[in-house]
Amino acid sequence: MSLHPNDLRRRGRSAAILGGIALGVLLAAFFRAQVLEHAEFALQSDDNRLNEVPLPAPRGMILDRNGQVIAENIPGYTVSMLSPRSDSLRAALTRLSSVLPLSDSAIEVVVRRFRAAPARPALILQDASFEQVSMLEEERSRFPNLVIQDTPKRRYPDGQAVASIVGYTGEINEAELATETYKDYRPGQQIGRAGLEREYESVIHGRDGSKFVEVDARGRVVRQAGARPDRLAEAGPELRTSIDLDLQRFTASLFDSTMQGGAVAIDPKTGAVLALHSAPAFDPNDFIGGISTTKYKALQQDPRKPLYNKALQGRYPPASTFKLATAIIALEAGIVTLDTRMDQPCRGSYQFGNRPFRCWERGGHGSLTLAQAIEKSCDVYFYQLGLRLGLDRMLPAGVAMAFDQSTGLDVPEENRPIWPEATSYFDKQYGKGGWTNAVTLNLAIGQGENTQTVINMARFYTALANGGEAVRPHIVNRPTEKTRLFTLSPEQMAGLREALAGVVSTRGTAASAALKGITVAGKTGTGQNPHGKDHGWFVGFAPKDDPQIVVAVLIEFGQHGYVAARIATKMMERYLKAVIIQPVNVTGG
Amino acid sequence: MIRKAIADYPLAMIALLLTAFGIATVYSAGQTDVPNAAVQAAWGRQLLWLAMGLVAFMVTTRLSVRFLEWAALPAYLLALVLLVMTLLFGSGAGTAKSMSGWLTIGGHRLGQPSELAKIAVAMMLAKVLASYRVAPRSLVDLIKPGIVVLIPWLLVMKQPDLGTGLVFVGLFFAMLFWAGVSGTLLLLAASPVISLVLAGSTGVWAAWFILLLVVLWYYKPFVVEGVALIVANLIMGVAAPLIWNNLKEHQRDRLLVFLDPMRDPKASGYQVLQSRIAIGSGGWTGKGFTHGSQKRLAFLPEQHTDFIFAVVGEELGFLGVAAALMLFLFLFLRVIRVATRATDSFSSLVAFGIAGSWFVHVIINVGMTINLMPITGIPLPFFSYGGSFLLACWIAVGMLVRISAEGRGRPEELALA
Repeated sequence: MSLHPNDLRRRGRSAAILGGIALGVLLAAFFRAQVLEHAEFALQSDDNRLNEVPLPAPRGMILDRNGQVIAENIPGYTVSMLSPRSDSLRAALTRLSSVLPLSDSAIEVVVRRFRAAPARPALILQDASFEQVSMLEEERSRFPNLVIQDTPKRRYPDGQAVASIVGYTGEINEAELATETYKDYRPGQQIGRAGLEREYESVIHGRDGSKFVEVDARGRVVRQAGARPDRLAEAGPELRTSIDLDLQRFTASLFDSTMQGGAVAIDPKTGAVLALHSAPAFDPNDFIGGISTTKYKALQQDPRKPLYNKALQGRYPPASTFKLATAIIALEAGIVTLDTRMDQPCRGSYQFGNRPFRCWERGGHGSLTLAQAIEKSCDVYFYQLGLRLGLDRMLPAGVAMAFDQSTGLDVPEENRPIWPEATSYFDKQYGKGGWTNAVTLNLAIGQGENTQTVINMARFYTALANGGEAVRPHIVNRPTEKTRLFTLSPEQMAGLREALAGVVSTRGTAASAALKGITVAGKTGTGQNPHGKDHGWFVGFAPKDDPQIVVAVLIEFGQHGYVAARIATKMMERYLKAVIIQPVNVTGG
Repeated sequence: MIRKAIADYPLAMIALLLTAFGIATVYSAGQTDVPNAAVQAAWGRQLLWLAMGLVAFMVTTRLSVRFLEWAALPAYLLALVLLVMTLLFGSGAGTAKSMSGWLTIGGHRLGQPSELAKIAVAMMLAKVLASYRVAPRSLVDLIKPGIVVLIPWLLVMKQPDLGTGLVFVGLFFAMLFWAGVSGTLLLLAASPVISLVLAGSTGVWAAWFILLLVVLWYYKPFVVEGVALIVANLIMGVAAPLIWNNLKEHQRDRLLVFLDPMRDPKASGYQVLQSRIAIGSGGWTGKGFTHGSQKRLAFLPEQHTDFIFAVVGEELGFLGVAAALMLFLFLFLRVIRVATRATDSFSSLVAFGIAGSWFVHVIINVGMTINLMPITGIPLPFFSYGGSFLLACWIAVGMLVRISAEGRGRPEELALA
């Protein structure tokens, strides 16, 4: 066969055109991928090689009104590990356990953290000691995927003394991660778990940064830094509170190790909470870096309930501290004056129907005016006053004075107190006709279907200190918010204050709590406790004529209110003397 | 006839440039953050193979076309023997661990005979076609050349080396085209294979079958041929599912992944997805020589062999890719020129066969890195690491240079235009 040159030239041209087209199609495909879709592929390439390691932001410091530290950060280390798959992570952790003892369950916890966010380092140790870190650094070459980071660690210098206010922090859990509130959070991060730490989480958390490490196809870290510029963490801002740390410490010290209860001190002019304590307290530092199971169980099972905030969560019958409310309702309704006497003088008990209602004073108080009845805390007087008022007047008045409302304090733990809004409450509780007017007698002396938090009683007494206007308590500064609870004439207010001052005088029920040079106005209370000894209350303010501090104290099983009164007046004394010696910014900085 | 040993400098220079580009890329392929001693040393060994290749090139340029024609049959038979031996004593390596493409004696892998077989088959096919007085006009005429290709094809498919099998098919059709076989006959010859591919969809296959009948009607082949073609197409269409079911798991995966790489991004789709990411992330100018992160961090598989072109794409970008493809285009045009200017049918057919074989390599290999072609494990000429193939390529360049030297006229007299 001989091929004719002309045929060959023709076929050569066809072949060249065909080859050119084929290569052109290839080139077009590359153009599409490399030029048109470059951004998308560049992103995928970065996703392949870069792993993000979060740089935790230091939490904002929490300070008292004078700038003293309530919560701060100290240097700490976290240890975590990057891994491509959970089985290789498990294998690496098993190898690691020769250097750093890790139980099987601890390994599983780490693997779970990994599954929640596989692209990020899974946390192994939240709070590694310096010794652990130096040991791991020596073995670094064996564990290229280990991420050891300086991580600021929370510390509360005053420990137990501030536990009731600040709360504590802890690692975010899976359920929280699933919620809208924490949608920007990642496993292993620390969040506020209680108290101010929780309430102001979004403020003091700061903005976490990140650094990028380069990993190879098998997930081994190849470069620890410099793969992409780090995004630095931004520390959370300081949180200035109204707490007077000196008074706070002092308050905590007044509760000896056997005492249980809560105490609140409020500036009645602004609502600034000066001190708030619940005894016994826990040490919030124990929670940092993860509390051990045994410690946490011990706290939970302690019969004295250290994790239960007795100033905010505990609800107790307000007892005689409530008689002021009954008196105010009656005065406001105009059915009595401070000088009004009841039909029956006190002879130790009051017969209602076929049942005797006792006065705490078995010997009886004799015939008393309203003012005297407040001083002596005469139950028989208030039984009759309650009957004169009737439930129809008492229940709505109690609602008007916010005995069924929480105060709105900026700590998440606060419970709402219980006050029956209407008689339907009793119908529901006991069935229609299942109850008698005897409930009125109980309500009048602060017992029965009425349980109040310590903070809410303190709020009620700010109204007594402010001529009828209660302030909303707050720990972090906010504009003063006042609500009028009742309206009495100045004379009536003065008369009530006088009666309250009488309580803390030689004539009254808290004589032993009186202070030298400061007139304290307040009311004791002894709440009947179905579970044991009675609870002792004191709620009051000082100085009587220019109130600068309102204090409410409750001592569980304290039997009589004067124990609480002594603590309360000591707090007042400490605060007022300090104010006189060293004037501070009353509005709370 | 005394001529200079190297007459076609441009052709040799293009081949040398491509090889230099290739060895540089093999060097870069070894620069990884995940140490791999074998890949790291590959470029040095590739240089040694180039040295051997250049020696073979010089030797080949001394062999006259007449000698080559005489040597076609012995070379072909030798290639068949080596392929049979490979089947008996072969072993797998690299990407193709599952297949036995390496001739191994006493534990030493001597090389991949299928690379040399491509040249031998081209020579033998050229010899057979050149012996025809006129270009084949019927399917019967194609039986003899068909058998020349079929025997080695069956041997490499037994390895199984699908890539080389495809090259033989490409070589066969390219040389038939160059020998002057009409397009319609080529289509008819290819029709059973087309039936096989199109049988994936019954409707499409039916349409093809009707088209085939129309072509047969106008082409008017012998009755026997026509019946044979129809039967072959029917069998292929019906047998396609059977063949599909008899494919090995990984072969089926490769085809499915070609249609949709995302169906199994972690396993069978991984290679091609990572290859596309490497190429796409290269952009206009690339991440810089040796700096490709996909390659450095081992996301890119087989970066010094089958997927070497992805390294070019990642590190040198679109401009590097365009430069490499331009070099290949120049190479093809130059070889077509050699084939056009050859004084006899044999050398012309050999030259065009070599060009066709390289063309299939380039299109399939480069197309595979960007998912235009299914993964078939076929190396890129002058680029992919591998001694036998580089050696074979340079022997082919030597033959082309010789053919060019014995070719007609001076370049300016016989320009392609």
